[in-house]
Amino acid sequence: MRFVKLALAAATAVGLALTASAAMAQQRKVKIATEGAYAPWNFVNSAGKLEGFEIDLAADLCKRANLDCEIVAQDWDGIIPSLTAKKYDAIMAGMNITDKRLEVISFTQAYASGPHGMMAAKGAKFASAMPTGRFNLTTGKAEADKAIEQIKAAVKGKIVGVQVSTTNANFVNEYLKGSVAEVREYKTTEQHDLDLAAGRVDFVFAAHSAFAATIASPIGKDMEIVGPALNGGILGRGVAVGLRKDDNDLREAFDKAIAAAKADGTIKALTQKWFKIDMTPLS
Amino acid sequence: MDVAFLRETFLRLLPGVPLTLQLAFLSVSIGLFFALLLGFAMRARFAPLAWLAHGYVFVFRGTPLLVQVFLIYYGLGQFRPFLQELDLWWFFRSPWYCVLLALAMNTAAYGAEIVRGGLQSVPAPQVEAARAFGMSGFTLYRRIIGPLALRQALPAYGNELILMVKATALASTVTLMEITGIAHKLISETFRAVEIFLVAGSIYLFLNFLLTRLIAWGERKIAPDLALDKPELKTALVH
Repeated sequence: MRFVKLALAAATAVGLALTASAAMAQQRKVKIATEGAYAPWNFVNSAGKLEGFEIDLAADLCKRANLDCEIVAQDWDGIIPSLTAKKYDAIMAGMNITDKRLEVISFTQAYASGPHGMMAAKGAKFASAMPTGRFNLTTGKAEADKAIEQIKAAVKGKIVGVQVSTTNANFVNEYLKGSVAEVREYKTTEQHDLDLAAGRVDFVFAAHSAFAATIASPIGKDMEIVGPALNGGILGRGVAVGLRKDDNDLREAFDKAIAAAKADGTIKALTQKWFKIDMTPLS
Repeated sequence: MDVAFLRETFLRLLPGVPLTLQLAFLSVSIGLFFALLLGFAMRARFAPLAWLAHGYVFVFRGTPLLVQVFLIYYGLGQFRPFLQELDLWWFFRSPWYCVLLALAMNTAAYGAEIVRGGLQSVPAPQVEAARAFGMSGFTLYRRIIGPLALRQALPAYGNELILMVKATALASTVTLMEITGIAHKLISETFRAVEIFLVAGSIYLFLNFLLTRLIAWGERKIAPDLALDKPELKTALVH
């Protein structure tokens, strides 16, 4: 009797699984990697779950593109090699489109774009010598170059912290390396923020959106954004979904979904929710 | 295989070798000193001292080295005003000192166990015989217990030395650019993880090859009868 019951239960379970998989048949399974240490873009919340702008956006894009998505956390410094090794199919991790990355992977159109800059302890003396305002390294090159010269003079002899393998690290190594005393490269922005709080570095260079999250947190209470807001050029052309070069289907699907999310104001609403500002990229 | 790229990677990783060697050598030297103190302390007749030493070894062997590095570097970094008051901040401000401290404290714990094991392996009859000859204290240690314990301990300690060379790779997690740190940076520039880690791994392998040769030489020196592949010596000494 017990055996019959068990067999019945097993049969029902198999039947259910079959119907479920039939319904999912036309949905492509997509694994998306994020970093999980770059608030508010993506981070691990106190319950140990991934949360943030990109987690919300991924859910929205996947629904639009009818994809069965799963988001996983992956260390930043291996995030591109693991994509090309097919550990997952897409990257949504605050990653800017750059020429160097385009040699290895492809990108969709940008889904967000915001300025980059510096954060230091409140009242840091060297900060007052820096220009403020917005500069674009591509479209306003002449003014941007002048601003960079002023930054170089101001940060002489300071120690800067930056996350390894980012457009920010490229900027620091390209423009500031000769002026600052030392460039320290960290695995995550959380770590360089901790060292800024501890006074081991004099300032950090990252996206303004990440600074906002730090300043709102307990360790950021004595920090402020200093100097200008920078865009374009070596800092990249906006944040987009990274994909394998040959994965054209997925790129088209995401491109379409991003265009739709931009058009109906979803990206505006989500960036305002997470960054308090509209970071919809201009198309 | 792109030989030119491997060559270029090798040349760019080489500047990391001095830092790797420096961290390994200094941490092992400092660690060995404390390992000896702890090893003797673990066998001390004064019980609280033995407990303290056992407690230290228990804590440092039982927690991951990476966690220890993070605790010392980021953890203590949050107590900056307190450390400044003690005039210790110059030490904890530097990632180099923090990593050196973590590595040295860690190897001291493992080393202490090896020292204790070596001392314990000395057969009681030999010590009794030495005492019968009138040896005691320092002479007993220098002539009987020390050499016998060292023969037992060296193979295990050689293992620990190799582990320490590899453990220096953790320095890259707190911004120090030793071999692994540079390798990570190169990967972020080229995205070619396999080739770069292959070259980095080969450099560690080569360093440890030299180290194992050195240890084997030391083993032959102090214990020719126990050394590998010398059966004729072994029988000669037994008979």
